[in-house]
Amino acid sequence: MFRKLSLTAALALALTSGQAISAELETEITDYDFSFEGPFGSFDQMQLQRGLQVYTEICAACHGLEYVAFRNLSDDGGPGLPEDQMRAYSEFYEVFDQSLFDGEGDFRAATPADRFPASNVSNAPDLSLMAKARAGFSGPYGTGISQFVNGMGGAEYIASLMTGYHEEPECALEGEPMDGFYNIAFAAGGFPESCKDDHGKHKVPGSWIAMSQPLWGDDVEYADETAATLEQSAQDVAAFLMWTAEPKLMARKQAGLTGVLFLTVLSVLLYLTNKRLWAPHKGKE
Amino acid sequence: MGGIPHDHYEPATKGEKWLHSRLPIVGLMYDTLMIPTPKNLNWMWIWGIVLVFTLVLQIVTGIVLVMHYVPHVDMAFASVEHIMRDVNGGHMIRYFHQNGASLFFIAVYAHIFRSLYYGSYKSPREVTWVVGMLMYVLMMGTAFMGYVLPWGQMSFHGTAVITGLFGAIPFIGESVQVWLLGTPNGAIDQPALNRFFSLHYLLPFILLGLTIVHVWAFHTTGNNNPTGVEVRRTSKEDAAKDTLPFWPYFVIKDLFALAIILALFVAVVGFMPNYLGHPDNYIPANPLATPTHIVPEWYFLPFYAVLRAFDQDVWLVIAVNWLTFGIIDAKFFGVIAMFGAIVVMALAPWLDTSTVRSGRYRPMFKWWFWLFVVNFILLMWVGARPAEGIYPYIALIGSTYWFAYFLVILPLLGVIEKPDTPPATIEEDFNAHYAPNSDGGKPVASPAE
Repeated sequence: MFRKLSLTAALALALTSGQAISAELETEITDYDFSFEGPFGSFDQMQLQRGLQVYTEICAACHGLEYVAFRNLSDDGGPGLPEDQMRAYSEFYEVFDQSLFDGEGDFRAATPADRFPASNVSNAPDLSLMAKARAGFSGPYGTGISQFVNGMGGAEYIASLMTGYHEEPECALEGEPMDGFYNIAFAAGGFPESCKDDHGKHKVPGSWIAMSQPLWGDDVEYADETAATLEQSAQDVAAFLMWTAEPKLMARKQAGLTGVLFLTVLSVLLYLTNKRLWAPHKGKE
Repeated sequence: MGGIPHDHYEPATKGEKWLHSRLPIVGLMYDTLMIPTPKNLNWMWIWGIVLVFTLVLQIVTGIVLVMHYVPHVDMAFASVEHIMRDVNGGHMIRYFHQNGASLFFIAVYAHIFRSLYYGSYKSPREVTWVVGMLMYVLMMGTAFMGYVLPWGQMSFHGTAVITGLFGAIPFIGESVQVWLLGTPNGAIDQPALNRFFSLHYLLPFILLGLTIVHVWAFHTTGNNNPTGVEVRRTSKEDAAKDTLPFWPYFVIKDLFALAIILALFVAVVGFMPNYLGHPDNYIPANPLATPTHIVPEWYFLPFYAVLRAFDQDVWLVIAVNWLTFGIIDAKFFGVIAMFGAIVVMALAPWLDTSTVRSGRYRPMFKWWFWLFVVNFILLMWVGARPAEGIYPYIALIGSTYWFAYFLVILPLLGVIEKPDTPPATIEEDFNAHYAPNSDGGKPVASPAE
């Protein structure tokens, strides 16, 4: 009996040590309900337009969207800007054109065919694909069940990051001052030794991020008169970045649905064919 | 083709006779399609068709992707985004191709485990098995090189890990690595991308050729079946009692299964195409920033676990290191173990000593086999975990069982196990499930021969 107990204790210890590892990257990601989730979900056009506004007025100061063209803003399944608005929007941006001045190149106003400029701050990553390059959900224990149930959670990650700025925890004040800003949703940043316990386990979620808090609430004034609270604008810009990462999301789900329906009908027909074909040989006729 | 007696193609018209005496292609097609197939095949015999379909799907979508893809380190990532955004239907073609790799491996693992359970690898089907193993290795190579092409973070750093394995070979490792990557300093750059692209296009066609060899081999020996009992070849009539022609009976059955599998596949592509991928591969490759955890695609994970299981603390590794005067270090040992895991599987026909073919009639084997399946899933899971804490121990136990299954359990079971008696004929097995027409629906056992 004693042996059995000590074995159980050893096993429990081993399992907790495993927990410590996964806890190292612990962050707090809120599972926001986005309109584009699930097989039937679709983008909320007004939300994408609000997100575009947040991106334009706040994010674009540092970050780029180099895989997205201005013309995409008028595409189906996107923000759906009217053609003239999209054209006017593009003219706000300047792009470098190598063909001007006999090949010497010069800046000119962007046209719908041009792409958004790249990031203009060296350590600000391009945002085009960010909603697919980050996963909000993981585990438990690398089984992938969480991602299966909740989705990859790229948009949730972005919204959580926007709302995840907090006062530095007390443990951080004990040690060396940290570079950057404390954010409970950010995993990949610096972390003070004074906030780890004896086993190296983090006592507080998140880590320190170089970007200062970009959204505070009421940063923009929405044309559709939605109140631009922090939560609202964080989710709007996250939805917009989901669209920039996956502009064909709605077409893809439509194709998936059509395909599944078609193949379901086909498999019923093939089932009946197969049943009838085999019946004489299975003594059922 | 075929050792099972059956009707062959007879050219009827003058035109058919003319062609047949010059090129018997219609006869070849007829004999292939009408091949007598054991009528008791169960639903685990559908994966072959799924594999053929997936190979064609990958080739067709791949050819279209190549029309838009640019194999250049500065443009590869952007060209994939171009496909996803600007090419008509490009996002679907790309997602089909990307997830097609996963479908391919789900099907191949089901196919392999079916062979392992029903003893399909045993005499006289060893050649089919070995050709199949060769195809499996080629598939893994193709999938790996395909994953490199988008030139994302996982593409790049995965390449560093995999080509680094060859660097572990004693004496010639560094030269091999340089030769593989095509750069004097072993850097992963344009030459590597170009040759991986070239080979990623070539290998599927070699797989297509080997598919024909694989089918040829089992059409010569005849299919195995759940009882492992051979089709009677004494006469055409006897053979006909055990079999039905492939067309239409098995074609329709297989197509039905394929339609269901494709419905699930299309649901994944349509609703969650990135579930099986890794988010880091949506970040362009950056040699200076290594991802925290480099994790291969799910289908490589069991072997990745074997690779990492044998670290320098394992007594076997220490012993081998000492005996070889340090030539075989822990890293090289891991590489040998990883490739060895596939080699021992390929040798299964000669390691399995049991006289009974199908696992259905082997009471002890069944337990070890299902443990082998569970162990495979366990290795897959542990392969994705960081090599810290308890995980290396799980990987070591799992890897040990993998080798023990082939090298110890399969040879021993044949000696110590007392197998049940399989039915005398396939007909008897079939009639036990489905009553024949002739009487009131009661199963009748055919008399022993």
